Amino acid sequence: MRRYFARKLLVYVLTFVFAVTVNWLIPRFMPGDPVSAMISRARVSQPEAVEHMRAYYNELFGFDRPVWEQYLHFWSSLLQGDFGISIWVFPQPVSEIILGALPYTLALMIPAILLSWFVGNWLGALAARRKVLDNTVLPAGYLLTAMPYMWIAVLLAWVFGARAGWFPVSGGYSLDIEPSWSWIFFTDALHHWVLPFLSMFLVALGGWAIGMRNMIIYELEADHSSYLAALGAPQRLIRRYAFRNAVLPQITGLALQLGVLVAGALVTEIVFNYPGLGSLILAAIQNRDFFLLQGTFLFIVIGVLIANFVIDLVYVIVDPRTRTGMAGGQS
Amino acid sequence: MNAMPPLGEPASEPVATAQPASDAGPPLASGAAEPSAPLSPTRETLHYALRNPKLLIGLAVVLVLLLTGLFGPLLLDGPDPNAYSGAQAVGPSGEHWFGTTTFGQDVFAQFVYGLRATFLVGVIGGGIAAVIAMLVGFFAGYRGGVLDEVLTMLTNIVLVIPSLAVLLIVNAYLGVRSVPVQGLFIGLTSWPWAARAIRAQTFSLRTRDFVDLARLSGSRTWKIIFREIAPNMSSYLFMTFILLFGGSILIASSLDFIGLGPTDSVSLGLMLQSAQQWSALQLGLWWWFVPPGVGITAVVGALYVANVGLDEVFNPKLRES
Repeated sequence: MRRYFARKLLVYVLTFVFAVTVNWLIPRFMPGDPVSAMISRARVSQPEAVEHMRAYYNELFGFDRPVWEQYLHFWSSLLQGDFGISIWVFPQPVSEIILGALPYTLALMIPAILLSWFVGNWLGALAARRKVLDNTVLPAGYLLTAMPYMWIAVLLAWVFGARAGWFPVSGGYSLDIEPSWSWIFFTDALHHWVLPFLSMFLVALGGWAIGMRNMIIYELEADHSSYLAALGAPQRLIRRYAFRNAVLPQITGLALQLGVLVAGALVTEIVFNYPGLGSLILAAIQNRDFFLLQGTFLFIVIGVLIANFVIDLVYVIVDPRTRTGMAGGQS
Repeated sequence: MNAMPPLGEPASEPVATAQPASDAGPPLASGAAEPSAPLSPTRETLHYALRNPKLLIGLAVVLVLLLTGLFGPLLLDGPDPNAYSGAQAVGPSGEHWFGTTTFGQDVFAQFVYGLRATFLVGVIGGGIAAVIAMLVGFFAGYRGGVLDEVLTMLTNIVLVIPSLAVLLIVNAYLGVRSVPVQGLFIGLTSWPWAARAIRAQTFSLRTRDFVDLARLSGSRTWKIIFREIAPNMSSYLFMTFILLFGGSILIASSLDFIGLGPTDSVSLGLMLQSAQQWSALQLGLWWWFVPPGVGITAVVGALYVANVGLDEVFNPKLRES
């Protein structure tokens, strides 16, 4: 088990180093000059002012120092929690802005991901080898997985928001309410949360249902299932054992899908103008606020790494083979 | 966006579709195949392919949309899909099949050109990802040892990093963006799961007798990989490409929607983005945001369904009835 975790942690540490390096490399080695881009955005015409700004940004990025020193400096400020200063909301540190948006994203993503995983697996297991259910769940599943997240979000907003008027289609809470720990704010936020949650939930649902259905069919055809049947075990028991085996790849699948799910959450937030990381990214891009964009990128990577580690822990609990150091749980 | 489940079956053994026909006799006169003679592998595949409704329906939908994208623009009046060509914000009619935007742009013209961009980004992104995945998967799976360790580590690292997040940064710094460049970067970031799958398949093939035989007869590694191993999992590789193709389209549409789409052309994701940006939703202009979404969903969904059909054609275990 120690070997299992050591390998996993090594991959995660290397991934983090890789992500930080990419984050550092891109602004420096992409075609085009980010400093000029930022200066042109400010629309300053006086040559002296332009010179001052250029000097300021060069100082900020440390462009005047040797490359290895820039890289080390980048790391040291990062480890001190310094992600730079936002240009969009000027004097505020990037980390502060991101931490303000993070609760909304997490409140949206975590329930949507977990519930879609549970419900999808349950539906898929139910549908496997059952003619009528299979013929409805499977096509619906393929339709849902093929939908772009933002499109299903737009459709839901249009049908249940703009047409029916049941739910608000924009924002994380009503504009006349201040965020606070009150009942009124909670119910209002919940009201705004329903549609973004539902659109994320639905798209992810299809993939899990299809995956589980295929796994169950594969398990039911395996020799151990036939053996159980030959011993006279009831069908329910066989299906239960098949389910327990089939859940393992689905847990691995959850880890593999995290990136896609995060991407889905970001675009869903943009549709609903939900005050999370997705909307921050949009604002950062529209305002060419590269510090904010890169800070958000690192936060997302860190979040995905933590989630991966949690899934590894769950896997150890669920699959006894990883505990005894035998095969299982591919690294 | 969900590329994993259809391929997630762990033990779908590669099926030998490329085995040479065993009879070495003189070729029969064409059309005189005897009814009792066993079908050749290619003929047998074709036999099942033509009788698989999933494959046929999926391919038909993809083909219709592809032809619309290829030849639709020729039927249009002007070369510019973003031209202000008519009344503003009118619904679908004989003159404007899909209505117009709030600026008076023809939605059908944008849709037709957008389909082109969608297929292009799918081919480029899916193609590049498939090539990288094959190289990494073949060499890691066949050579094993240190090379395998290093490549697997690399795969796992790229796998964990959310590709959209990387693409956001890259595209934000690219001032001028085009569909091929978008496809290139999508391909560079979306290969890891496919590499893992191909590595696992290669791993199971490399101890087979015919591979040993090739090695004994002195073939070089790359020759064994491309002459012995790759043909024996060609169906698997093709299905992987289809899933990568669909995945690229979905990632591209997300990028477009966030506002990092191509700056020089129109795409289905960009249509959704401008519909969102100019409040088509609040104004009730459903013809602006429904067609692009239907287009993306139809292409990707049809590809997935065709993929399941292909799986049934190539893998006798999955054939029902």
